[in-house]
Amino acid sequence: MDPLRRSPSPCSSSSRPPSPRTPPPCEAQGYVGIEAVLDQVKIKAMKMGFEFNIMVVGQSGLGKSTMVNTLFRSKMWRSSLPSLGVPTLQTLQLQSMTHVIEEKGVRLKLTVTDTPGFGDQINNDKCWDPILGYIKEQYERYLQEEILITRQRHIPDTRVHCCIYFVPPTGHCLRPLDIEFLQRLCRMVNVVPVIARADSLTIEEREAFRLRIQKDLRTHCIEVYPQKCFDEDINDRLLNSKIRERIPFAVVGADREHLVNGRCVLGRKTKWGVIEAPTSRT
Amino acid sequence: MAVAVGRQSNEELRNLSLSGHVGFDSLPDQLVNKSTSQGFCFNILCVGETGIGKSTLMDTLFNTKFESDPATHNEPGVRLKARSYELQESNVRLKLTIVDTVGFGDQINKDDSYKPIVEYIDAQFEAYLQEELKIKRSLFNYHDTRIHACLYFIAPTGHSLKSLDLVTMKKLDSKVNIIPIIAKADTIAKNELHKFKSKIMSELVSNGVQIYQFPTDEETVAEINATMSVHLPFAVVGSTEEVKIGNKMAKARQYPWGVVQVENENHCDFVKLREMLIRVNMEDLREQTHTRHYELYRRCKLEEMGFKDTDPDSKPFSLQETYEAKRNEFLGELQKKEEEMRQMFVMRVKEKEAELKEAEKELHEKFDLLKRTHQEEKKKVEDKKKELEEEVNNFQKKKAAAQLLQSQAQQSGAQQTKKDKDKKNFFFM
Repeated sequence: MDPLRRSPSPCSSSSRPPSPRTPPPCEAQGYVGIEAVLDQVKIKAMKMGFEFNIMVVGQSGLGKSTMVNTLFRSKMWRSSLPSLGVPTLQTLQLQSMTHVIEEKGVRLKLTVTDTPGFGDQINNDKCWDPILGYIKEQYERYLQEEILITRQRHIPDTRVHCCIYFVPPTGHCLRPLDIEFLQRLCRMVNVVPVIARADSLTIEEREAFRLRIQKDLRTHCIEVYPQKCFDEDINDRLLNSKIRERIPFAVVGADREHLVNGRCVLGRKTKWGVIEAPTSRT
Repeated sequence: MAVAVGRQSNEELRNLSLSGHVGFDSLPDQLVNKSTSQGFCFNILCVGETGIGKSTLMDTLFNTKFESDPATHNEPGVRLKARSYELQESNVRLKLTIVDTVGFGDQINKDDSYKPIVEYIDAQFEAYLQEELKIKRSLFNYHDTRIHACLYFIAPTGHSLKSLDLVTMKKLDSKVNIIPIIAKADTIAKNELHKFKSKIMSELVSNGVQIYQFPTDEETVAEINATMSVHLPFAVVGSTEEVKIGNKMAKARQYPWGVVQVENENHCDFVKLREMLIRVNMEDLREQTHTRHYELYRRCKLEEMGFKDTDPDSKPFSLQETYEAKRNEFLGELQKKEEEMRQMFVMRVKEKEAELKEAEKELHEKFDLLKRTHQEEKKKVEDKKKELEEEVNNFQKKKAAAQLLQSQAQQSGAQQTKKDKDKKNFFFM
């Protein structure tokens, strides 16, 4: 659908004048100043601030908390190691934490929702239900606010914008649990699958794993973000197809700094080398 | 499975400091890019008498010749004419809709002049509300036709506002952002202009007309908005013709006594109007329309339809419950009406049946009556026949007897009659 060529067709009501015709776009002969509206939009947006809600899903020990810390370059979370004496949780409990981070005048209210205990039980049947319930609950809350008679000026947005799914680096293919979960979730929320702890795979293994996962996603009709149906124009499609080739991203999270060649980098230090976290080679 | 969500309390949102560049400072740019690809909508309503210079001013403001014929003064009523244009400047596409009031102030009786305008504005809000209430909606692509700014053209009399102006502005101030401007300002002298402006503003204030306030809460625009607000209402001159001034061509109006330059701030406030309307506050006008005027309309409309936010026990009503309650009510009423209709129908049928039965009974009775009379007549006739036959028999008997007698009498009578005849003859002779 081309948003450019749509002529206005307002629905008719008795006192409405006949629908206006659109002549082809005319270039203004002098400078009018319409493009100043872009700055106005920007100023308003920056004043309002932005909201972003992420959910990280995956089994424990895959490096979710470390990943979040690396992404946002701050100590959001202390990665929790389940101690042996504590019995594993019977129910899946979601934990949310909200922080306000600011960069160059842009304020972002970031909410990260963690799902400890996902896929950890022996019987993982229906372990996605609490997560789906949570997502639906946020939608419901927004809808309730939206259909009020006296609405707030700015409805607080707690809907989950993005769900990062951590696939364990088995090297084979997607497990049944992964497939079930992804199938259910991709229709409700933007899912971004990532290969966790990618430093345990060699580059060839990684590529093979990636291709197999892509094939699996196609076979089971799982539409991950960026979805094909939302591509707006040719530029979007080009950009997105490049991204789609690289899905799922293989990531390494690190929050400790090490000295490499005189530079201070974030990375994981092992006996055979230091893996740098933020490099362009994924 | 129970879902327990542990959340940090909302009051203390931790402010985290970042140890490196994350990159979300590009968020405003992403937003701007998205808006650019969608394009912007801007709708202006021009209210003013015929011939006051609305179309010329629009042409001047947007530096384009919008094709239009000047309206006549013979309109029987006020009607609104909307025209849409797509303007493009660098990479910004603007869908501009200009709505004109044709025939405003031309009638002899101007009581209802404001009504078509208010109806049009409400119709646009209604269309948006309908789209928003749809189940499958596409607000993302919706062509917004709500009026974002209303330019009210005041005639340059030099005295004060006309009562038509006051009444119209009062009706419109809660529905749209009103920006009053003095049209054809080149007919007012400088000293008169100042008095005129202050008279207009004081009249607006004393009548409680809420005109659009330029926003002063944002530091970047507060200063310019504050300085410009002082010059309200803007005294503008519009012209699409160019006159050579010095060594440049500029938009101006040429009079025998001089040249009025449109873009000269000493001559008129056109530049100020353009700054305020387009370059500084376009987005704010759109936002005010959406968050203030549209929300007010929506609230009134929904309350009118009977929806409430809280019931008497101040428990929040859900719209779904209200919908269901209304639906059940409606269905119940429908059922009741159906029942009533059915009962009436049955009653009518019964009545008709009774009538028909009555008629049938009558017919039967008549038939019986007829039959009886017929039978009686038949009997009478038969009786008469018998009588007649008896008489005939009697007659025959008598006749037979008489004939016998006659034959007897003839014999004996023949002698007798001769004697009588002689006697008679004797007497008569």
